[in-house]
Amino acid sequence: MTQPLLSVEHLTMRFGGLVAVDDVSFTAENRQITSIIGPNGAGKTTVFNCLTGFYKPTVGRLLLTSDAGEQFLERMEDFRIAQKAGVARTFQNIRLFPAMSVLENLLVAQHNELMRASVWSLAGLLGLKRYRTAEAAAVERGRYWLEHIGLIDRADAPAGDLPYGDQRRLEIARAMCSNPCLLCLDEPAAGLNPRETLLLNTLLRFIRDEHGVGVLLIEHDMSMVMEISDHIVVLDYGQKIAEGDPAAVRADPAVIRAYLGEDEEAEA
Amino acid sequence: MAAAELQNRAKDAVIAGLVALALTVPIIGFRTSSAPGGLAIDLRLLDAALVALAVAAGHFLVNTYRASREGRGQRQESHAAASLRLKRITHGIGAAALAFAVLLPVMPFADRYLLDIGILVLTYVMLGWGLNIVVGLAGLLDLGYVAFYAVGAYSYALIAAHFDWSFWACLPLAGLFAAFFGVILGFPVLRLRGDYLAIVTLGFGEIIRIILLNWYEFTGGPDGLSRIPRPDFFGLEFSRSSRDGETFHQFFGLDYSSIHRIIFLYYLILILALVTNLFTLRIRKLPVGRAWEALREDEIASRSLGVNPTNTKLTAFAIGAMFGGFAGAFFATRQGFISPESFTFIESAVILAIVVLGGMGSQVGIVIAALALIGGTELFRELAEFRMLAFGAAMVAIMVWKPRGLLSNREPTVKLPPKPGDGP
Repeated sequence: MTQPLLSVEHLTMRFGGLVAVDDVSFTAENRQITSIIGPNGAGKTTVFNCLTGFYKPTVGRLLLTSDAGEQFLERMEDFRIAQKAGVARTFQNIRLFPAMSVLENLLVAQHNELMRASVWSLAGLLGLKRYRTAEAAAVERGRYWLEHIGLIDRADAPAGDLPYGDQRRLEIARAMCSNPCLLCLDEPAAGLNPRETLLLNTLLRFIRDEHGVGVLLIEHDMSMVMEISDHIVVLDYGQKIAEGDPAAVRADPAVIRAYLGEDEEAEA
Repeated sequence: MAAAELQNRAKDAVIAGLVALALTVPIIGFRTSSAPGGLAIDLRLLDAALVALAVAAGHFLVNTYRASREGRGQRQESHAAASLRLKRITHGIGAAALAFAVLLPVMPFADRYLLDIGILVLTYVMLGWGLNIVVGLAGLLDLGYVAFYAVGAYSYALIAAHFDWSFWACLPLAGLFAAFFGVILGFPVLRLRGDYLAIVTLGFGEIIRIILLNWYEFTGGPDGLSRIPRPDFFGLEFSRSSRDGETFHQFFGLDYSSIHRIIFLYYLILILALVTNLFTLRIRKLPVGRAWEALREDEIASRSLGVNPTNTKLTAFAIGAMFGGFAGAFFATRQGFISPESFTFIESAVILAIVVLGGMGSQVGIVIAALALIGGTELFRELAEFRMLAFGAAMVAIMVWKPRGLLSNREPTVKLPPKPGDGP
């Protein structure tokens, strides 16, 4: 059996006396959408923050296996995880660069490639061909993603001026511009109307199938989760209570208990 | 309808005039003067009435102006059109200012006094452009920028005094030393943001000044350093006669005049400032420049995209400090004498005010702000005691009407080019 793209082993995160994530293990595969669901405060975003280096896990191993080799994410700084391991993320509350244009947002995502091409900015300052070619390629990649999220006409507008749904999609496109092997989406459908959610589903399927990227998804919109997930992990009070394909998770009594509460007779 | 409106306006003006009269009669109308055996009261009722009349007329004019503006305001301007218009205006002002700056020394009215003010303004323009990299682009609030200015000035003065190197050899070194100090300051404050960063940089600026003041053996302490060598023009000195070789006026067959050196200094700082400007405009469009702006906008998002915040902030500090150092070296060679008194906190505050008033990140805005703050205070030197009052009032006025600075229009660093297949 080949190594999974991401394997989370015995992840535990304590904040003082509070155990936000308690001994959680799961895997995420390439070319699959793996969803993490659970009631509010179940520790989903904490798992994301551990994966992307914003928190250092108290216990556990986060192994990412990609073309670049095996990387232990728990040992890396946040920006190195994005740079070296190829893990990109979006945020629950959108974090674009609002004063910068839509296209500039996509170019910042390609920072490290462009930095290499600009040779400590020297080639860039002198306007050498090497840098100009790299920049043109970066702009073309930006154009590709703008066409796919339908924002090509707004390319030069400030990102902060876009409507909410467009900002969500732009944030995903920006994450994809950093050429990741694992894309972590934190509630991408929050605040979207049904039509926009449908557009988002199409975009996520496109990313999974055409770009061969593993997608890790936190989402509360169950109809969306059940529709597009290949694999679902359910958390409650920091612990993993179920795992499996959508049909299995939907039928799992532990999941129903966590979401709907205990049956009164069973309690008695 | 127009007649009724006019009548209303006239009525308002009369009321304003009466209110003014009620105030001016006691304030202006009576004046005590010394008379034999005590004080006497002079009546100046005519003056009081004239002032009240002026108030009424002013009130009428302001109202008329407002009404005419409201009429025009109905013609709605789209956001894109407004931004395009602002861009044209900005470019126009920039080009005109550049042409004026280049031609100033050959203008018939350019005397030594005007050129001196020009040099001073350009020095602050350069400092503003340098600080703009740190504050405007990278969003790091630096209240101790004058420290780098001081490092540059003392570097040049000390190297020139001890090793007898020329200005041109010392200039890059002064910038290098200042950049080095920028990195030294940058390291401990990288994790700080906003107010905390401002306080630490403020402290750093004071530390540098106090070291300069107290390290008597090295810096001369409060006595400062004097007899700093003047710059030469490709080896030609600006003096009446020189012991080693020809002087400027002999080489070009001119009569000796002390203004040659002033004109030379003027062009020197103009070129230094323009280099700063071109460098900033260029680096803004490079990945590192975009990373500065991204860090300013949202540090967490930048980190999640693989931007190294340490290196990126340090380059901003170092490059901003380097231009401060160049300006410092120029300051030292122009003055011929430097002491810690030239590098007090108020200098940092003025430079920061120039950047903020000009509109964060706007190169032309900084020129206008420097012209108004530095040139303005110089021109009103006679009104010495009111200078700071005018200075403060101008700042309050700009913050009320233009809270984001005079010119706060941001141009994207890159625009989507038309598709390669399309068009010719």
